[in-house]
Amino acid sequence: MNELNFPLLSLVTYLPAVGALLMVLFVSGRNHHAVRYTALGIAVADFLLSLLILPYYQVSQSGFQLLEKSAWIKGMGIQYQMGVDGISLLLVLLTTFLGALAILSSFSAITERVKEYMACLLILQTGMIGVFFALDIVLFYVFWEVMLIPMALLIGVWGGKRRIYAAVKFFLYTLVGSLFMLIGFLVVFFAHGGATGVYTFDLIRLMKAALPYDIQVWGFWALFLGFAIKVPLFPFHTWLPDAHVEAPTAGSVILAGVLLKMGTYGFVRFSLGLFPQAALKAIPAILTLAVIGIIYGALVAWVQPDVKKLVAYSSVSHLGFVVLGLFTVTVQGIQGGVLQMINHGLSTGALFLLVGVLYERRHTRMLDQFGGLAAKMPVFAGILGIVTFSSIGLPGLNGFIGEFLILLGAFQAKQFVFGALAATGVVLGAVYMLHMYKKVMFGKITREENQNITDMNQREILVLAPILVLIFWIGLYPMPFLRVMEPAVNDIVARLEVHEPGRMGSSPHAAIINSPLSEDGRIADLQWETDDPTSAIKE
Amino acid sequence: MTEAVVLVPLFPALGVLLNLIFSRRMSEAAVGIMACAAVGASFLSAVVAVFGLSNMEAGHRAVETILYQWIGSGKFSVDVGFLLDPLSSVMILVVTGVAFLIHVYSIGYMHGDPGVRRFFLYMNLFVFAMLLLVLGNSYLILFVGWEGVGLCSYLLIGFWYVKDSAANAGQKAFVVNRIGDFGFLLGMLLIVFNFGTLSFTKVFAEAPHVFNSGDFMITLITLLMFLGATGKSAQLPLYIWLPDAMEGPTPVSALIHAATMVTAGVYMICRSHVLYDLAPASLVVVATVGCLTAFLAGTIALVQNDIKRVLAYSTVSQLGYMMLAAGVGAYTAAIFHLMTHAFFKALLFLGAGSVIHALHEEQDIRNMGGLRKIMPVTYTTFLVASLAIAGIPPLAGFMSKDEILYSTFNAGMGGWNFILWFLGIFTAFMTAFYMFRLVFKTFHGECRLDPERKKHAHESPPVVTIPLSALAFLSAVGGFLGIPIFLKYNVMHNWIGPVFAKVAHHGEEAAHAAHSLFAELSLMGISVVVATAGILLALVIILFRPGIAEGIRQNYSSLYNLFLNKWWVDEMYNAVVIRPLWALSGFFWTEFDGKGIDGTLHGIANGAQGSGGWLSRFQTGFIQNYALTMAIGVAVIMILALF
Repeated sequence: MNELNFPLLSLVTYLPAVGALLMVLFVSGRNHHAVRYTALGIAVADFLLSLLILPYYQVSQSGFQLLEKSAWIKGMGIQYQMGVDGISLLLVLLTTFLGALAILSSFSAITERVKEYMACLLILQTGMIGVFFALDIVLFYVFWEVMLIPMALLIGVWGGKRRIYAAVKFFLYTLVGSLFMLIGFLVVFFAHGGATGVYTFDLIRLMKAALPYDIQVWGFWALFLGFAIKVPLFPFHTWLPDAHVEAPTAGSVILAGVLLKMGTYGFVRFSLGLFPQAALKAIPAILTLAVIGIIYGALVAWVQPDVKKLVAYSSVSHLGFVVLGLFTVTVQGIQGGVLQMINHGLSTGALFLLVGVLYERRHTRMLDQFGGLAAKMPVFAGILGIVTFSSIGLPGLNGFIGEFLILLGAFQAKQFVFGALAATGVVLGAVYMLHMYKKVMFGKITREENQNITDMNQREILVLAPILVLIFWIGLYPMPFLRVMEPAVNDIVARLEVHEPGRMGSSPHAAIINSPLSEDGRIADLQWETDDPTSAIKE
Repeated sequence: MTEAVVLVPLFPALGVLLNLIFSRRMSEAAVGIMACAAVGASFLSAVVAVFGLSNMEAGHRAVETILYQWIGSGKFSVDVGFLLDPLSSVMILVVTGVAFLIHVYSIGYMHGDPGVRRFFLYMNLFVFAMLLLVLGNSYLILFVGWEGVGLCSYLLIGFWYVKDSAANAGQKAFVVNRIGDFGFLLGMLLIVFNFGTLSFTKVFAEAPHVFNSGDFMITLITLLMFLGATGKSAQLPLYIWLPDAMEGPTPVSALIHAATMVTAGVYMICRSHVLYDLAPASLVVVATVGCLTAFLAGTIALVQNDIKRVLAYSTVSQLGYMMLAAGVGAYTAAIFHLMTHAFFKALLFLGAGSVIHALHEEQDIRNMGGLRKIMPVTYTTFLVASLAIAGIPPLAGFMSKDEILYSTFNAGMGGWNFILWFLGIFTAFMTAFYMFRLVFKTFHGECRLDPERKKHAHESPPVVTIPLSALAFLSAVGGFLGIPIFLKYNVMHNWIGPVFAKVAHHGEEAAHAAHSLFAELSLMGISVVVATAGILLALVIILFRPGIAEGIRQNYSSLYNLFLNKWWVDEMYNAVVIRPLWALSGFFWTEFDGKGIDGTLHGIANGAQGSGGWLSRFQTGFIQNYALTMAIGVAVIMILALF
């Protein structure tokens, strides 16, 4: 067991699924009211429970904490291993936070099969949290696949007109990705086992091993496909607009807010963690895709007639920023990238919630059906305005901190061209978001149906208010968030730095800025790793 | 006493918060008074802080106040902090002082508008952001303010959002500014790359050691930052948003789009003078762009018929002068003109607002005339401001503009400076002409108002005329802060000179070194003659011989149309940038995403599933399929594990 003598992480993980099971068994499906409040209660309890990790988490300490480890399938080196570091901690908090809000936001939107719907959301939550906590590859893979089914059901059962098409497309895309991912994991497993005689799926152990370079390349690109589809990185993104447009509001919130982060989390944890040399070699290719995604996503978002598709394509652009940050392999870039995962979850989650507010009133999401709503919905106008500028990256709000650190990372890594091209996203973000805002809020009311449209009600404001608080908090005082992830990010950068010393060294100040190896001499722990890609694996 | 600097931005921020919380329950008047009080308190704090600064020893007047660490990542760190020095002190006094007068004026001007609470919310937010911009102790805090004022500009231009033209103008302003911000952002990133920090004091202390004069990197940095300045300060090629910004309420035009925000680019360059002094090539670009902007905007202003548009192009033109001054290294002159311009241009806009209000939203000067008898205070103050901007001594505009032209003439740019000077003096001529064309058409001659409007036309109430009079006073005497020739009594130079004196730079240094009284007096004489000639020409063409204007219009119709249509720059941008980009985006969506990627995938799916209806195969039982796949996967693991 761990230092707590208490499986806190497992409890946070399974509470939603177990709760869902009990709800299915003991709450009558006809009593929608009871189902809704039970589900909300479970989600809120899970959020509070996840907050309980904070007092036990040592912020300044690197490595995984609150470890839970026990043998699972001994013969195959599979164990049940959970743990948390700064990056996964933030992402889990985001998950439980958005999970509760997603359920609250569905109270009036979902009136059919409410119990099944809530159960799907809760089971999905267990899958997502498990992915972030899992420190055994097989366990990770199981959680990863567990997520897939409830999400596909959410789209396919409670979705819009083309829901079946969207659900199948989502399902097939991700399935193909996960198959490649599985192959990649097996490559790692056997390469490591063959060289050391220790066959294990223990992630912590595998991360310490230096795999031969050509094995790294195979593993890297196999996993890359799995993660890139999930992110989604250009050109693997076409499932996303369809999935979003058809999914119910809460599905979109979770999809954009958390599910997409599985891919970027995979990049940080596995791609950079297991295959450092291959990752360094792949930087130009991946940055190219990321930057294309930023610009392409923004341009296509601009011409969308459907608000939800517009937001979906904006996700392609924003996630491009995240990937850019991660693959600058600098402290600033990765911190910016991880923070931007959180930011995107908040801003885009909020945008989908706000689109849901409109949809519930008008049953359409077409831009040309709106216009002039600011006069009728002042509260909505204000909140949408704040979220819009958060998405645009206005300083003082959350989005700016992430974007700025990512671009800073790109420049520190001397990726000037990629950095400059990505920075055009700053202009394009304003173009499509303000275009959307103007079309919905400004001008005269031209549609009769909009004359009597009502402003947000208290429950809707209650859903958005916590997100707004975080938008301002991260924008004005991001240090708590940056500090939590700092040791984990330093570790990642240090591990990669070993393979390419002096990568950051030529800028007169970059070396100082980037050196994650502060006074505590953490580099000493890493000396045993090898620089020579051809040398044999050692443990 | 300098600690009071923290209160300067705090009061407007407080105004914003109180407005958000309480304004719904407050009367319209109370909301306006609260907003004014917030800015007034800010002004008083600024006075206290600057007084404290003046008690310090000259040359050591710089107080840095750190509030907290904002961003820290690796060894990169940025604080939220303020830098109070003579340069920022001038800025905060001008910003809070002019903003206070305009807030007071707004109580009268916005009276009865249903959105008045929102108006004062945005106005206070603007003052807060502007103060952050000028007080920030690092490029990043400056940038926060920079973007913040851009946001407020967007919100206030589109204040009457029901009008499509207003909504479009706000959006255009923000997007065009973002193009500039793109440059500014890259400049900042390169500064971090080279200096490891964005703090002003650290960057400026390091710069002369890190770079030699003329190095490629410092030239690139300064040019990128200048791109930011062309956006915010409406210079070529990004000036196009400012004329459209006149869709906002007139007090907004006065405060944001004349007196304060648009001067941010000039302030930023003066603040960064250490960097620009190391990049002579960039300075030439700054001076040239500024001068060309001044000239081009002047030509457009000659023929516009909307009272606010004339003033808008005049603002672009005057901002060009400030850039010219910065470009020739006459930073003090740039800030001096920034200040005097804030007085007289705010006054001109507020006067125009007074007229527009009296005439029930009439803005076309062809429909005005003879208003001086109906609106004597508005007329008198407008006339003072017009004389000031035209450059008639000893009013404020004369003093500052003359210094710019003098410095340009003396700038060592190997002859190029004479061309700039000539364009500058020609623009001065145009300025005098178009301003008095405006004065004569609006206030003199016969009244061309329709009878209904004329019946209701009236002088504005004191809440409007008192701020006008205060600004008229400042426009008249403000120039004495920077008396030419008698440098000993030149308050401006003595106060902010030391900020710019640390590194030698060509224009100003040369000007003072070769301080020839004769040369200065002759140049001054030319300025005065040119300004007078412009006014007289306007007098003749507009009032005495209107036929001449008609003749010119017909004989030179192509030139007239070029000016009237603003050199067709907007149309060009539309055709060359916006429409192609829109088409390309549509192509990406329907062709690349739709037919390219999805088409290929559908093809594969069809191929794999046999012809037709591939979806139906998956509709039932895809979970079983999936489970099967997973089972196969596990089986593979187990089999391989046996080896």
